[in-house]
Amino acid sequence: MTSSLLRKFRIGFSAVVLICFIFVFADFRSMIPEKYISYLLYLQFIPSLVRYIDIKTMAAGGFLIVILLTLLSGRTYCSFLCPLGIGQDLFSRIGGKVKRKFRRFGFRKPHTIIRYSLLAVTLGVGIIWGIYLVSVLDPYSIFGRFMTYFGKPVILVINNFIAWVLGKFDVYTFHHMEIRGFNLLTYSIPVLFFLLVGIMSFVRGRLYCNMICPVGTLLGLVSKVSLFRIKFIESKCTRCGRCSIGCKSSCIDFLNYNIDVSRCVDCFNCIDICPEKALSYGLVSSKNIATEPDESKRKFVTGSLMMLFGISQIAKGQEKKYVPVPKKESTVKEARTSHVCPPGAGSIEDFTKHCTACSLCITACPNNVLQPSVRQYGIAGLMQPVMDYHRSFCTYNCTVCTEVCPTSALKPLMLEAKKLTQIGKVNFIKDNCIVKTEKTACGACSEACPTKAVFMIPYEGNLVIPETDQDICIGCGHCEYACPVTPYKAIFVDGNPVHMAAKKPENVESEITTPVEFPF
Amino acid sequence: MRRRDFFKTSVGASVAAGAALSLGGYGRLWASHPSSAKYDMVAVMGGNPDAMFDLGIQELGGMGAFIRKGQKVLVKPNIGWDVTPELAANTNPLLVKRIVEHCLKAGAKEVYVFDHTCDNWVNTYKNSGIEKAAKSAGAKVAPGNTENYYQEIEIPGGIKLKKAKVHELLLETDVFINVPILKDHNSTRMTGCLKNAMGIVWDRGFWHSNDLHQCIADFALFEKKPILNVIDCYNVMVKHGPQGVSKEDVVQMKSQIITADWVAGDTAAAKMLGVDPQKIDYIPIADKMGLGTMNLDSLNIKRIKM
Repeated sequence: MTSSLLRKFRIGFSAVVLICFIFVFADFRSMIPEKYISYLLYLQFIPSLVRYIDIKTMAAGGFLIVILLTLLSGRTYCSFLCPLGIGQDLFSRIGGKVKRKFRRFGFRKPHTIIRYSLLAVTLGVGIIWGIYLVSVLDPYSIFGRFMTYFGKPVILVINNFIAWVLGKFDVYTFHHMEIRGFNLLTYSIPVLFFLLVGIMSFVRGRLYCNMICPVGTLLGLVSKVSLFRIKFIESKCTRCGRCSIGCKSSCIDFLNYNIDVSRCVDCFNCIDICPEKALSYGLVSSKNIATEPDESKRKFVTGSLMMLFGISQIAKGQEKKYVPVPKKESTVKEARTSHVCPPGAGSIEDFTKHCTACSLCITACPNNVLQPSVRQYGIAGLMQPVMDYHRSFCTYNCTVCTEVCPTSALKPLMLEAKKLTQIGKVNFIKDNCIVKTEKTACGACSEACPTKAVFMIPYEGNLVIPETDQDICIGCGHCEYACPVTPYKAIFVDGNPVHMAAKKPENVESEITTPVEFPF
Repeated sequence: MRRRDFFKTSVGASVAAGAALSLGGYGRLWASHPSSAKYDMVAVMGGNPDAMFDLGIQELGGMGAFIRKGQKVLVKPNIGWDVTPELAANTNPLLVKRIVEHCLKAGAKEVYVFDHTCDNWVNTYKNSGIEKAAKSAGAKVAPGNTENYYQEIEIPGGIKLKKAKVHELLLETDVFINVPILKDHNSTRMTGCLKNAMGIVWDRGFWHSNDLHQCIADFALFEKKPILNVIDCYNVMVKHGPQGVSKEDVVQMKSQIITADWVAGDTAAAKMLGVDPQKIDYIPIADKMGLGTMNLDSLNIKRIKM
């Protein structure tokens, strides 16, 4: 096929995909049903792979479909489905407009050592150590963090402006949304990657995808045997070189009629550019697939495997560090032994192994209780979501985070199950409580408690004071959030490193009956 | 028109319009006060929430006795918790709907409904059924979820509470109708009229940490007082309040109390709940501060059974 329709189709399709992703991450009014979000995320390579390793059913088989797609058509995933890739095309296009006069991509040699090392290290660390490096480099998660950390706040600012203007006219279709940043440290990685990916794509098109991205490199390897690919029709080519200059991946060696299929992302720009229609996308002839053994590559693979082994040994020595260490504090200070990980996580250990920190749950949480962790899960767990009860609390009637998680780090919970999932336990510090210290009524904690695990018992005079029943506490944190005492709360939730089942609150009919006369 | 010009013009227009509308708040200076109502309190029993209100407000001379044509009205129900109407943690949506209808029928220009919810506000507005009911009756349902909707006011004479941030709609409307639901409350024993006003303010934590009962009474000193209190006692949460755990907490009382005196309203409501009003500290405090009366015998009360 030499038709320029291919490129138009690619642009149209990828624009729709990108817009969908932006909507999903910016959906602060929870307008998109979780079901559709999971359809969209099904084909994201790393989330699907992580999930597959966990649940091993085709419900998580999206990555297999991507591999099949790559075997068939080359790295179309990178141009059609990867939100980070599509975003880079946008950046690259802006770069092209700004520097139109002097930007020429042209053919460049692949960064073989860097890209295969990164792939090998990521894979190795992922298999033996944990998900940490995968999280950092997964293109979908990088995109998710960009949206959560930078994209959504911008959209909220626009929303708030509209809400303010309409509010003046008594129209409340839009409402003001609070914009609150995260801990500054958690911005380090998103900012670094924004600069890295942004500058690279601005200047050199798909360089990031062909040098750093492990998914790109892996699919590049697979695409070496793909059936459909872009090829030269040598009889028509005049060697004008326009295809090579316009190639975002710098992978067209037009002098030798060669296209580096491992770097080609099937954007079809070259087909569109070529004035002679000397490039076409179609079934490859059998002779092109056969690759000659390459001694240097073999050496490299051996070398990287040995390196992996070394790293894994270092990693093993450090494994214990990532189990949360209990830290006992003074009596009045909240003596927290463990942080609280979100419902559906099962346990902190399980959770931190499967979360790629894409931050979708953080942006989807209607209560903003999920915050990117700083050191709560250890430094390798940076940006994985943790419950922050000083900022907000977990809504009793909500399971959104468990439903949107693409990696099954958070497993879907039915609402009834979630209401009995104990992610932490309540602890009351009487010496901090207003009722004891000020001798005035409060009860904000008990008021907030959805299961009445926090209830009030008689104290002095008309006063009542909180009492707790850990068995029916689910650890939602509403009591801790509501407690007005500072700096240390009088009531707090201590996380369950392994989630447990809470008892169902028992309730009996009241003795008070329907009145027949007014009692006044 | 160039794009930049358009932008400038539209911003200018919206600022001007906004300023004009905010000046409209002075209309409340000429708000009407009913003086010739036949009764101080009407209590109705035995009907549906909307039917009881129809009857009750009729006894008080109709909504027209409280609202003048063209006024803006704030109807403030309790929309605190993300639960369904049968659990009776929020004001009955049927009642809210009917009150809005009466206001509009009496010639109100706009009727606003909002609450500073305890649970996530979007879900709470939705699951309480109040957003839908109020909108269907023609009210504007306003958000109260972020601090910028609240403005600081002074409370001269307040003992503990001298300042508060109240929702702008309390200041911008001419008439305030308080529509609490009667409930058990874990620490104050009961929530009714006075306690419902807590949903108008932003910083409730301050109240909790600075003598809750005194703060509740202090806030009632603020100049903008409810012209009517309609206490929903249709389904009453008699324990585990104010949020409730399950339907076992609810007793159907099929009653309603309508009065301009919120201290009297709370006194009567406490008796409905079977609690001695003297034990609910903020009621005697408010009585002593002259914010209303606990002496129900001194009032002309109309009791109706349907």
